[in-house]
Amino acid sequence: MDSRAPERPPPSLTWHRLRTLVRIFAGSFRDLIPMILVIGFFQIAVLQQPFPNLEKVLLGLVFVVVGLSLFVRGLESGLFPLGESMAHAFARKGSLIALLGFAFCLGFGTTVAEPALIAVAAEAAEVAGAAGFISNTDAEKNAYALDLRYTVALSVGASLVLGVFRILKGWPIHYLIIGGYVIVVAMTGFAPPEIVGIAYDSGGVTTSTMTVPLVAALGVGLASVIRGRNPMLDGFGLIAFASLMPMIFVLAFGMIV
Amino acid sequence: MELISVAVSEILATLRDVAPIVVILLGFQFLVLRRRPPNLGRVAAGFGYVVVGLTLFLVGLDTALFPLGETMARQLTEGPAATLGGAEPDWRDYGWVYAFAAAIGFATTVAEPALIAVSLKAEEISGGAVDAWGLRIAVAVGVAVGVALGAFRIVTGTPLPLYIMVGYVVVVIQTVRTTRSIVPLAYDSGGVTTSTVTVPVVAALGLGLASTIPGRSPLIDGFGLIAFASLFPIMSVMGYAMIMTSIQRRRTVTTSEEKEIRE
Repeated sequence: MDSRAPERPPPSLTWHRLRTLVRIFAGSFRDLIPMILVIGFFQIAVLQQPFPNLEKVLLGLVFVVVGLSLFVRGLESGLFPLGESMAHAFARKGSLIALLGFAFCLGFGTTVAEPALIAVAAEAAEVAGAAGFISNTDAEKNAYALDLRYTVALSVGASLVLGVFRILKGWPIHYLIIGGYVIVVAMTGFAPPEIVGIAYDSGGVTTSTMTVPLVAALGVGLASVIRGRNPMLDGFGLIAFASLMPMIFVLAFGMIV
Repeated sequence: MELISVAVSEILATLRDVAPIVVILLGFQFLVLRRRPPNLGRVAAGFGYVVVGLTLFLVGLDTALFPLGETMARQLTEGPAATLGGAEPDWRDYGWVYAFAAAIGFATTVAEPALIAVSLKAEEISGGAVDAWGLRIAVAVGVAVGVALGAFRIVTGTPLPLYIMVGYVVVVIQTVRTTRSIVPLAYDSGGVTTSTVTVPVVAALGLGLASTIPGRSPLIDGFGLIAFASLFPIMSVMGYAMIMTSIQRRRTVTTSEEKEIRE
């Protein structure tokens, strides 16, 4: 038996890599099946129209599958380890100011240039102009949109600071979130009705695809290095603050401006 | 040619997205922490994968799915509105719109990269107790219900804060009743659902509805769908956890009963 072993080498590394790659591609394709089915069904059965430039659609789908696979691959080897190693490094350094400063910069920096936020801020300026809060000129509207963007970015920075501080202290998350809900409800009663829809939506648009994995890994990393913290109970929740706090800040912005 | 110009603009958009993150990470790494991160080469390669992957993903969506989805949202909302002639709409005429809202909300959420990231992390941290695929399905169901209800709200013109407040009350009740360890993850899942894939299609749907229905202003009534899409996953994830716990409890009860019978 032993003498025959060298003739049959174990499956090579390239073969293993290829199989992993195929599995990742298959997973990405599976993630897209619902979207393909929904769009196909509504196009053919409900709207009863042919597919315009089918080959372009298929080419686009190949791009989407390859892109999603690379993204997932990069998450595991890049963003997750980076977020965790930074959490460990900050814990080892032991400087609260440095950690909270990092949390603020990460929240503010990633939000202020977020395309979804720029779009929402521009629409909000249109609303404000139409409702007569500000004079209906381009200069006024641009200034309003920029102020709103800074308000939301500040709020995301502040929420990561609060969220990181909560992990360090081990406060249960639901008191803070429910407290935030109470504030949102109370402020809704006093804010101008035109701003309410924008404020509620602003919570959802702030957390971009690049930021979420980093922030999640940072939170979980912190909760796993600090003694007495449970990664499941204390590590998650940073994103929740980042989607609640902008509502409060934008409602306040609407009441002041 | 069109594909190339789309690709170039997407690469620029992704780089603009990534630039502040890279600056902040490098700045803190070298000025404050003053040490090389471990496996720098591997991490840098991973970062590269993420940037290239996200760019390809967006180029593909921009050429294949977004134009179709947006046209679809417009055509579906125009259909019933054409027969109105300025009258207040009957919400029952919009059946296909609700169906489309729910279906596209579900489908875009399943493909949302940020949600994939969080669900992978949750599965890893919980040691497999939270199933990544189950979590994503739960979130997608929440978004589906949220977007469909949001479409219904725009059609009927009922006030947004009312729905949100009722939603908050439900979330508070569920928070008290569900397993404690799922609560932070459930709160997080509200924020991660509305990113790259979901927002453009859902926003087009809201805008289409609000601009075709007489008496609705796209500027005021067009908002709110994203708020629904980030509130309802909180409920559906906690609901999913409650169902899973009760199934497990029943299973342990039946196995202990079986033991008793055997004994």
